[in-house]
Amino acid sequence: MATNKTPRQEIPARNPEERNKDFKEVSLGFTEEQAVLEAQRCIACKKKPCCNGCPVEIDIPEFIKLVAKKDYKGAIQKIKEKNNLPAICGRVCPQETQCESLCTLVAKGQPVAVGALERFVADREAEHPGSKEPPVIKEKKDIKVAVVGAGPAGLTAAADLARYGYKVTLFESLSASGGVLRYGIPEFRLPKAILDRETEYIKSLGVEIKYNILIGRTFSIADLFKDGYKAIFLGTGAGLPYFLGIPGENLNGVYSANEFLTRVNLMHAYEFPKYKTPVKIGERVAVVGAGNTAMDCVRVAKRLGAKDAMIIYRRSEAEAPARRAELEHAKEERIEFRFLTAPIKIEGNEKGEVKSMTCLKMELGEPDASGRRRPVPIKGSEYEMPVDTVIIAVGQGPNPLIAHTTKELAVDEKSGELKIDENCMTSIKGIFAGGDITTGEGTVIAAMGAGKKAAAAIDKFFKEK
Amino acid sequence: MHKIVEKKQLADTITLLKVEAPMVVREAKPGQFVIVRLDEFGERIPLTICDADRARGVLTLIIQQLGRSTKDLCALKAGDQIRDILGPLGNPTEIEKFGTVVIIGGGVGAAELYTAAKALKEKGNKVITIIGARNKSLIILEDEFKPIADEVLITTDDGSYGIKGFVTDALKKVISEQKVDRIICCGPIPMMKAVTTTAKPHNIPAIVSLNAILLDATGMCGSCRCTIEGKTKFSCVDGPEFDGYKVDFDELMARNKRFLDEERRALEV
Repeated sequence: MATNKTPRQEIPARNPEERNKDFKEVSLGFTEEQAVLEAQRCIACKKKPCCNGCPVEIDIPEFIKLVAKKDYKGAIQKIKEKNNLPAICGRVCPQETQCESLCTLVAKGQPVAVGALERFVADREAEHPGSKEPPVIKEKKDIKVAVVGAGPAGLTAAADLARYGYKVTLFESLSASGGVLRYGIPEFRLPKAILDRETEYIKSLGVEIKYNILIGRTFSIADLFKDGYKAIFLGTGAGLPYFLGIPGENLNGVYSANEFLTRVNLMHAYEFPKYKTPVKIGERVAVVGAGNTAMDCVRVAKRLGAKDAMIIYRRSEAEAPARRAELEHAKEERIEFRFLTAPIKIEGNEKGEVKSMTCLKMELGEPDASGRRRPVPIKGSEYEMPVDTVIIAVGQGPNPLIAHTTKELAVDEKSGELKIDENCMTSIKGIFAGGDITTGEGTVIAAMGAGKKAAAAIDKFFKEK
Repeated sequence: MHKIVEKKQLADTITLLKVEAPMVVREAKPGQFVIVRLDEFGERIPLTICDADRARGVLTLIIQQLGRSTKDLCALKAGDQIRDILGPLGNPTEIEKFGTVVIIGGGVGAAELYTAAKALKEKGNKVITIIGARNKSLIILEDEFKPIADEVLITTDDGSYGIKGFVTDALKKVISEQKVDRIICCGPIPMMKAVTTTAKPHNIPAIVSLNAILLDATGMCGSCRCTIEGKTKFSCVDGPEFDGYKVDFDELMARNKRFLDEERRALEV
């Protein structure tokens, strides 16, 4: 029997020198033996602080207890009471700042590896299909609800609404599900097969998914009501890429993170020309930003054959918003990091192609509104470096399309986010919203939490009617 | 899946397809476009909505073979299926009573302006259409425009049909003869640039429809960004039509050459 003296199990990963040349999954996940050992580290403390860190309220100690007892079927059912996308969350949630950061064992050493355990039980269920339990659906209601956007918020809202018994149609503008999970996160971090598997699960709950329909253009919000939908959930995400506003950003060879990742992930550009969408990558690639998206971009660039792939970030490593695991994985894969460095200009050749970038060195000053120390330029530190590809990964804003085409929707003027009340309802009765479209860019799990909350609010809306 | 119900060869490299797409045609308006993906491996190809038959739920697309993907699309036959059609996308053409409107289509660009010409005529405008191409075999939609437009002028670079010269030569002639209140133009970028240069001294509003490199076309990726009056705009959601005087055409020309090497490689496969 393991005790809390057992060290936290290391999550096995593939050899960095091998994995930085292909798109197969980097992290291998726990073996059964490791999972059981890790689960037995949980001390089953009474207060369950970890649960407070989970936006979808998984009963974490309860599912871990079942893993420790090797009751994997019980464990996955326990998770699925709250979370419809466990294999995804087990891979891409920032557990270190959520459930794991609150674990009682943090004080005594290292927290229980909740994320890796969640992934283990989700994958195990998929590998042992016989163990699947049909999902419990409450009494079917003859009420149609439309969900817009098949990203983490929309998928979660749709799944929960289906469980409440509503007839749910999910409208997605791309040709496949997942939103940012598909176009943003590369195969080596979240295989498409996992996303397809979890999408199938959501369909098995009775959710109908319609692809290639852009609400706001193909149908307006008014059309949806006309077509008999009694409530609408908008989970259209943060899909508007931000740029730096520096000279040279429209040169050939400058991508937004979204364009670069969409070409590679959604359109399989790394399999060009079998897949027909190209992506161009140079020998020296600079990725501006240090969030998870920036790490994804730089690691993709390396895999596409860039000799030097580097991160340019104006703050220091401590302020980098990426998950630690992603940063470490990137370092292992020979990604170069230039912290305290801010680009101020991109220069091109006579053909309009990027040839260099000029940067300023920074130092940290007083904390700013975000609580992080503010980067301050060092005078005279300007230097030019040769690059042929620049990827801008400095965040994104809410997709403005629905707000533009639905004038009555109240929008925060400054941020462009949809305004919602405490019941997740927008300024239009019967239209609810959640996820990045209401909060700005956040995490997958926060968007899922918002989808869940909105689904409950929609159920309440009908019950009170 | 979307079934092709009719195919017509308009010119050597220009093909007309009529495709079942009831959801798309329901709201389609002049100036809008769709994104087409032939199959699982296909690119997302932007194509203008040339016509929309709401009663039958049928969309008319006119495709010029340029690279691998358009070549594959043009090779389809009636009865074949297209996997995805997303749309209608982009802002519709402004249809008002302007007075005299000159509609200028270069090559396959004429297809883009057909529904706009119809709508502008119905609004009571005098519509003059100029269709230009390198040679006679590339002139499309002449017969379709004739019943709509008050006047149809044809120009060919080599003089094989109509006026020998460029669309700007015909435009200059029209401007010298009558008051023009608006120009709408769609075609190759150098042509659109030349049209705005011709219109500017006369202060005639010139609307151009930009053919930027699109990817998702829903405002998410920024592939289609272009500089309009010094500001970055996305052609897919802010356009595709812009005030021609404000467009940085040289940047757009350079950006449209971004994937030339890859396009050549794809053609070899």
